[in-house]
Amino acid sequence: MKPKNQRLVLVLAAVVALVAAALLAMWGLRSQANYFYTPADIAAGKAHDGEAMRLGGMVERGSIRHLPDGVTIRFLLTDGKADTPVVFRGIAPDLFREGSGAVAEGRLQNGTFVADTILAKHDERYMPPDLGNLSAEHKAGKTLQK
Amino acid sequence: MIAEAGLSALWLAAGLALLQLVLMVVALRSGADVRRAMRSIAVVQGVLTLIAFAMLLIVFARSDMSVALVFENSASNKPFIYKVAGAWGNHEGSMLMWVTILAVAGAFVAMLAHRTSERTLVAALGAQAVLALGFYAFLLIASNPFARLWPAPPDGQGLNPLLQDPGLAFHPPTLYLGYVGLSVAFSFAVGALLTGEVDSRLARAMRPWVLGAWILLTLGITAGSYWAYYELGWGGYWFWDPVENASLMPWLAATALLHSTNVLAARGALKAWTMMLAVIAFSMSMVGTFLVRSGILTSVHAFAIDPQRGTFLLALLAIYVGAAFALFAWRGSSLKEGAPFELVSRESGLVVNNLILTVILGVVFVGTLYPLFVEAVSGEKLSVGAPYFNAVAGPLALLLAVLVGVGPLLAWRRQRRPVLHRLQVPALLGATALAITFILWRDMHILPRLGFTVGAYLAAASILPLVGRNPLRAPVATWGMVVAHFGISVALVGMAANAAFSSERLAIAKPGDVLSVGPWLVQLTDVVPTAGKNWTAVEAELRAAKGAQLVTLTPQSRYYPDPPTQTNESSIRTFWNGQLYTVIGNQDASGAWQLRLWWKPFVTLIWAGGALIAIGGALALIGRLWRLAWRRRPSGDAEWRKERYA
Repeated sequence: MKPKNQRLVLVLAAVVALVAAALLAMWGLRSQANYFYTPADIAAGKAHDGEAMRLGGMVERGSIRHLPDGVTIRFLLTDGKADTPVVFRGIAPDLFREGSGAVAEGRLQNGTFVADTILAKHDERYMPPDLGNLSAEHKAGKTLQK
Repeated sequence: MIAEAGLSALWLAAGLALLQLVLMVVALRSGADVRRAMRSIAVVQGVLTLIAFAMLLIVFARSDMSVALVFENSASNKPFIYKVAGAWGNHEGSMLMWVTILAVAGAFVAMLAHRTSERTLVAALGAQAVLALGFYAFLLIASNPFARLWPAPPDGQGLNPLLQDPGLAFHPPTLYLGYVGLSVAFSFAVGALLTGEVDSRLARAMRPWVLGAWILLTLGITAGSYWAYYELGWGGYWFWDPVENASLMPWLAATALLHSTNVLAARGALKAWTMMLAVIAFSMSMVGTFLVRSGILTSVHAFAIDPQRGTFLLALLAIYVGAAFALFAWRGSSLKEGAPFELVSRESGLVVNNLILTVILGVVFVGTLYPLFVEAVSGEKLSVGAPYFNAVAGPLALLLAVLVGVGPLLAWRRQRRPVLHRLQVPALLGATALAITFILWRDMHILPRLGFTVGAYLAAASILPLVGRNPLRAPVATWGMVVAHFGISVALVGMAANAAFSSERLAIAKPGDVLSVGPWLVQLTDVVPTAGKNWTAVEAELRAAKGAQLVTLTPQSRYYPDPPTQTNESSIRTFWNGQLYTVIGNQDASGAWQLRLWWKPFVTLIWAGGALIAIGGALALIGRLWRLAWRRRPSGDAEWRKERYA
């Protein structure tokens, strides 16, 4: 190959790689991105059954129930406007408590959120940014913007 | 006094960096010989930052609570090692470590680089000074690590218990060394673009830095993965957490850069391409630092929740990357392309390697930043997790692993004879592995199935470059390549085995109960309270039996009072054929304990593979440095003949 052609081929290859990466990423994101919902969104019917998603809110006080198998819990996540029942099988994270913030990852099934993973506030000083807003709004009783 | 001494050293170092920059501009304009002055300045600057960092270590070691940073991140009852490691387990300290490593690397460049031309070296040191200046400004203006508190509080607030782990002492410094090694490659690239001297000499000067950075990133990622595996107690080794991606992206770029630097060094080809990759690799390090340090992420690693810092880092990122790309656009087109090569050649193989790595990098980059982008634009919150990355990056990585077996068999410039017949044995092995998975495990998922196939094929294909010659006379760098490529196959098999054969058991148990997981029977014999220096815990005593084998495991659920935090300490036993992984959870109302048990066959191969990849890199580095030190060869493009077997 002549050097000039060689450079042209290399530039073309780089452009093709970039376009391929962009297309692949778009395709992947369209099918795999998880949206973040609040219980109010669920109540408003914005989420569909079976869609992978995250649900964030505060764990309603007095709502945690342990099922007889000992490793499944049910509780309510709330954002002050609506509640969503959540069921989770597994060891809840260290800082999962009533009255504190949590994010559940999973899917909706007939109005109940089946969580695969639960993320809780990580330590006393740390607050995930999205939950930081949430708890402030929760306390102030303001309407949540999606 | 100690804190003030550290701060003064930092100011002086910043002043020297400014002087270094001025000297570079003067030298490039007038052609004055400033090399010796530049060298001394770079070395003194490195020493000053080392002094500043040593002062920070001392205030942490002495638990000097009058320093705000110590108060916020330490406590006098902590074990000594975590007091010292706590110095860089926080935002300010880690940024000081960043700039220290950067300045020390600059000093080494100044002392060691004999092979680049003087103009390029001066320009590269100037570029390094610009990088350092930004970080000095960041430290001195927005994150002073030596700020005092008055009056001094009696005791500190403690360090996040998850970070009180040997992993902390090792993990961030390794990654930072890797990031900063890439900054040297970046500075060389910027310097060479300024002077127009992009040639194989430059590539040889860059290569040890790129290799070193790449080795450390590989080690950092491997160690970080194992840390997450045993410390977080979820049994996973990679979560596609944005912070993990922040270390993966520079690694992907560095891997591509490493391979294209070899082309530039051996053949003088792919000039613009390699410069571009050097810029991208360091940009990814900056993106990584920005993601971790700006507090923009919802992640266990996000410490700083201070918008000013995030903005400052973002501005630095934009300036450096923007300027480097502008420079590239301005000078890149004037670079003469080097020696030509045919479509089927080692060079083409490495171009394909680079393209695939770049596509994977793009996919990870988009997946990591897309949620931030969407939230900034529309306010909508979403997350991109493992399903996306596995579905998109997984097949690309497997494709790359297949080609890894082919590339090293190709000759530089032009492959005359067909090579595919040399891959008969590896292909046969791969087919056998595939057949076995179909016969024995019909319902195995597609990715692990392909993982076994490609792993078996690559294990054989990777050693082909040593076949048909006397392996003892092969260059050390070739051995390095073979070991690193073999490591990929080992890690692949480990991932496939973990995905396909792990068994998990989640149940409640009272003392005396027996649970089964995989081939093991595990009995909970007792649960007892226990305590460490700064924590209390309940500890389960588990007896695990398989045939005549009997082992005891003691997972703990720990409580740290400052800051109040609970953690699950997993207990793991390693056998030749896998790991038994146990976690104790909470106690329920009836007095029974939650237990989570995993049997993970051959999971250790994942990290063994990572270690092999790093060892391969180390061998290559040793081989290259050996040659540089012992064979002072004349430079010139004819050299590729000697290197064609390297």
